[in-house]
Amino acid sequence: MSETMHSQDLINFTLNGEEVSAANGDNLIDACEKAGVEIPRFCYHKRMNSVGMCRMCIVEVDTGRGPALQPSCMLTVSEGMAVNTESETTKKAQDGVLEFLLLNHPLDCPICDKGGECPLQDQTIAFGPGETRFVEEKRHFEKPISINENVYLDRERCILCDRCTRFADEVVGDPLIHFIDRGNATQVNTFPDDPFASYFSGNVVQICPVGALTAKPYRFKARPWDLEEIESTYPNPLGDRITIQSSRDQVLRFQGLDKESVNWGWLTDKDRFSFQAFQSEYRVQEPLVRGGGLNRPDRNGLGLVASSWSNVLTMATDAIKQTVPDRIAVIGGSRLTNESQYSWTKLAKGIIGTDHVDASLGDELPPQAILGLPKTTVNEVCSAGNTVILIAPDLKEEYGTLYIRLRHAALENDVKIIELSPTETGLSNVAAITLHPRPGEIAKVVHSLLTGEGPVEIGGIPKELILQAHELVKDRDLKVVYGKQSIAESDQPIIEALSLLKRNPNSKFLPLVRRGNAMGAIQMGMAPGLLPGQVTLAEGSEAFNDIWPNLPNKQGMGTEEILQSAADGMIDVLFILGADPLSDFYDPELVEKALTTVKSVISVDLFVNASAYHADIFFPASAFIEVNGSHTNIEGRITPIRKKVTSPGTTRPDWMIAAEIANRLDHDLRIEKPEDVWGELSPRSISHANVSMDSIGATPEGQLLESTDVIELEEIEEISDTRPFDSYSLRLVLAKRMYDRGTVTQMSPSLKEFTGTSQLHINPTDFKAMGIQNGKPVLVTAGDRNLTVLVIPDKRIPRSIAFGYLNQTGEDLRTLLIKGADSIDIRIDPTSRVG
Amino acid sequence: MVEPEWARLMTFPHITTSRWEIEDAHTLDRYLETEGYKALTKALTMTPAQVHEEVKKASLLGRGGAGFPAGVKWGFLPENVWPRYLVVNGDESEPGTYKDRILLERDPHQLIEGCLIACYALGLSQCFLYVRGEMAHGQERIANALNEAYEAGYVGKNILGTEFSVDIILHWGAGAYIVGEETALIESLEGNRGMPRLKPPFFPASIGLYGKPTIVNNVETLSNVPWIVLHGGEEFSKIGSEQSTGTRIFAVSGHVNNPGVFEVEFGTTTFRDLIMGDEYGQGIRNGNQMKAFIPGGASAPWFFEEHLDVSLEKSTVDQAGSMLGSGAIVVMDETTDIVRACHNVVRFFSRESCGKCAPCREGTNWLEKILRRIIDGNGRKDDLDLLLDVCDNISPGITWPPKQTTICPLGPSAVSPISSAIKRYRSEFEAYVTLPQTGTSVGIQGGTS
Repeated sequence: MSETMHSQDLINFTLNGEEVSAANGDNLIDACEKAGVEIPRFCYHKRMNSVGMCRMCIVEVDTGRGPALQPSCMLTVSEGMAVNTESETTKKAQDGVLEFLLLNHPLDCPICDKGGECPLQDQTIAFGPGETRFVEEKRHFEKPISINENVYLDRERCILCDRCTRFADEVVGDPLIHFIDRGNATQVNTFPDDPFASYFSGNVVQICPVGALTAKPYRFKARPWDLEEIESTYPNPLGDRITIQSSRDQVLRFQGLDKESVNWGWLTDKDRFSFQAFQSEYRVQEPLVRGGGLNRPDRNGLGLVASSWSNVLTMATDAIKQTVPDRIAVIGGSRLTNESQYSWTKLAKGIIGTDHVDASLGDELPPQAILGLPKTTVNEVCSAGNTVILIAPDLKEEYGTLYIRLRHAALENDVKIIELSPTETGLSNVAAITLHPRPGEIAKVVHSLLTGEGPVEIGGIPKELILQAHELVKDRDLKVVYGKQSIAESDQPIIEALSLLKRNPNSKFLPLVRRGNAMGAIQMGMAPGLLPGQVTLAEGSEAFNDIWPNLPNKQGMGTEEILQSAADGMIDVLFILGADPLSDFYDPELVEKALTTVKSVISVDLFVNASAYHADIFFPASAFIEVNGSHTNIEGRITPIRKKVTSPGTTRPDWMIAAEIANRLDHDLRIEKPEDVWGELSPRSISHANVSMDSIGATPEGQLLESTDVIELEEIEEISDTRPFDSYSLRLVLAKRMYDRGTVTQMSPSLKEFTGTSQLHINPTDFKAMGIQNGKPVLVTAGDRNLTVLVIPDKRIPRSIAFGYLNQTGEDLRTLLIKGADSIDIRIDPTSRVG
Repeated sequence: MVEPEWARLMTFPHITTSRWEIEDAHTLDRYLETEGYKALTKALTMTPAQVHEEVKKASLLGRGGAGFPAGVKWGFLPENVWPRYLVVNGDESEPGTYKDRILLERDPHQLIEGCLIACYALGLSQCFLYVRGEMAHGQERIANALNEAYEAGYVGKNILGTEFSVDIILHWGAGAYIVGEETALIESLEGNRGMPRLKPPFFPASIGLYGKPTIVNNVETLSNVPWIVLHGGEEFSKIGSEQSTGTRIFAVSGHVNNPGVFEVEFGTTTFRDLIMGDEYGQGIRNGNQMKAFIPGGASAPWFFEEHLDVSLEKSTVDQAGSMLGSGAIVVMDETTDIVRACHNVVRFFSRESCGKCAPCREGTNWLEKILRRIIDGNGRKDDLDLLLDVCDNISPGITWPPKQTTICPLGPSAVSPISSAIKRYRSEFEAYVTLPQTGTSVGIQGGTS
């Protein structure tokens, strides 16, 4: 499965006189560590290629030609090898190297952030000489320089281990820091005027073996010995494993946690530095209600005013009681833990009795496309020699750690990636081949890709290119990584493409969901017609009837329909669970109308976001650093979320809010702690049969959910015809960028500046042909809709495509979306300039 | 061909320098008139294996420094792995060494012919010729020669009407000594920083340029190849001694009356001949006494008067505790301040350390600083032991051939002058650290920092 398991045959070698065994192919430094002997090292990092630069791990090795000093990170352990890590020669060499490394290293440990968790410090104490023989002047550089907005580099402390530079180049493909100058003057630096603008820059701080790289959000905030930490999960779609570190009940740092299966210890900056958001002064700490001056509740008030829990609970339950279940709906829930999701589904479906529950915001694939395909895992996708079909948005923008894993798989594990993407992405340069299907026409392309048949041009791609790709995929078992690529195209083409790919019974699929714990939400039944455990409302009712007394008998509405009925005045109570449809849903006008029409909009969130601003009642919820529970990632892997700090103010975990509401509705939700959820669920759900709070935390890998075969993606007979493409138009692609105006990013001072401005990217040739003047906004039309926006040339965009990032500052690109269209063609009028 | 005066005195044929006295030997016309490209024509009538066999028979030792037999090296290429490359190491930058430069300037076609024959023998079609950045004249000459050769059909597609095609790509260095190390040279060719790779796993013959099997040969080594093909490996092996066959070009410099580059027969000539001989170095300047000499480039441990009669042969020099290395002999006479001389050489290595591994990056710089401090009059008594201990941490045991805690031999190279000098002239060091000094720094330009 993982790269450490290439070959399980064992070989024997001698370590300090004792016979030990190791896996064939293991690095000597790892083999010794597994045998219980830790060899000191600085440059070696198990997730990167060895370079043998620091020379600290040098040991005496005898392979039959007499003992010789060799760097153990560069040697593969072999049968009969004799290794001595304790000989006089080894010790002398290691002491020597340590002395060399310390020569120019400033002894400013008392003011260094790394002091206390510094490998150089630790190893000097363990192995090094007590005093220095170096009486000369140390090397001097300007004390910390900023290599980007969040990372400082102190070149005096740097021991030139090549970890950060290797990370930037090898691991994430952003080779923006490098060695410059040579010999004793060698330094790590960025290129002139070109910052280390990487989405992953925080990782170099974590892997720096000295205090050379420090992160601004943590600098001088704490000493390592004052930190408490707990292993948890970052609630993003990958479920990246992290440790949460805090001091005095304040989270100060998220660090990546290296477990075999998911993120290998890496994190995106967006997640790493987002701890600031959860402790932001803008966190809502008290319940709020619509009101006016002097904090008086007022239904017609212009703002939200502070209230009390008993007050908001009464108001919410009154609103529920005053209407019928069919006029109550719930949108959102991807932010919640599994346990809170179960509690809210139970409240909505089992107690209130409405099936109008949908965690998605119109930008996810439908549940049968997410649940209804044979599943695979990240490790399985990345295993040596695989062929991967990638139908996804730019992983580098949205799924940072999966991008890292797939990049590694392609570069180091001979995994062939066949990328089908409307534009070039971060993975394009490591993919075996990249095809750019025209939006809306991916099913045709997949058909040709699989069969090798088709006309001279398929979906905008020349047939020769498809045939090249066909050679790579034919007769191969495919691993398909898929998700919705653009909100400007309908789901139908991708669903058809998936259905074609599913015809090979050995194909396996890894779905990408858009936000947080959306996979958990689906698993917990937060979609119309679903119940917890991947079963439909119809088939699962019997299992849940005894404890979910008011289960509705017909399938409810999804988000789009809910919003439409709400706008039409058919919904009286609308719960918004940690979501911001006004910013994320593809039709903001509809959302606005819905939110202003519904009698009681009840928001459960951390912040008053754009949608919550329209709420009548606001329940302040706890963040994931403040609750216990669990998270489900795209693989269906459940890992623990653990409480590290106290929830601020009177905020409460989401499940508790559901329980309180149920209580006021004269029902006992029977959930008094997160564990209770599993007590209810495991006897009732096949896929959760063996899941309990204990089992989730029992192994570092968490627990993979079993699939049920209840929900399946339907076979298609024939792929739909596509609209002819008019060559005067550009087909629109709207996707997410890592940094947008999303709440967590905006509430993190270290991140919010990274949000860009709205603009449309088009191919430079198209740009030139249209005669657009640089830097001037132009008129863009789609049907009867139009927008004046900046258009820029971008060579990552193929001809005849217009690409835009959603939710950036400035113009709202969603204006160009036409409801119900398979795909959207826009025209740019370069003559009608504004301003 | 006009036989030069000095050459008539010799009893062996000139193999690599035969055209040096001809003013326009670098042109294709003159080269063709002096038997040029005949060896290539002959090689093309043989099978590649036969050509390889001739080079093996010749026991041609690598002329770059390590002295490894070229024919054996060629045999390390794995079978049936293509593409494979030939890389010519013309990054000659060892202080005192300037033989490849003259070869490039005076007889570039000979090198090109050697490359072509090697490519033919090894079944490869791409050759990279890496020339040191500072050799402007040599670059111009080799570039012109290559253009001529392409035009005349000696290089390129279907050479001389055969199926054999080779492209030779020129690449100028950017001024780093370390790139003379073969794996660093490969890195540099790939467009990376010139830093050595680790062996294992990066033995160029199996994982070399662009990860493909690669043979790296020195300019002088390949310049011998046309002669070998033309006259046969056996004929070549009759020249020189049993262990070191053929001739070798030596660059003699320092305190001699007639510094220069001389081709001599291996084995039969001694250091004394080269330094004192009338046809070569013509003795020490001003009739001074010899104090020490470097026998094979700045990396080599020093020799002294008693080594003068060691013959110029790889094995005997190795046995005597040094190496012929790059063929640079630097003579120091009695007026030399040994501590300063030592500092001078160490400073070179310190400045040229690539910075990749800690013992070299930090160690050579530290050694340079200690020596500088001693010269400046701030030495301490225990500095001599400190120097030797730092040397020991770079090259454990300070043995010859050296062991190393470093990636490549550059680090241990800085150890050679110190250990040689302290062993022989410890008293001069002691004088620096015990005698009261004025404390004024004397003129070595621009110390490193």
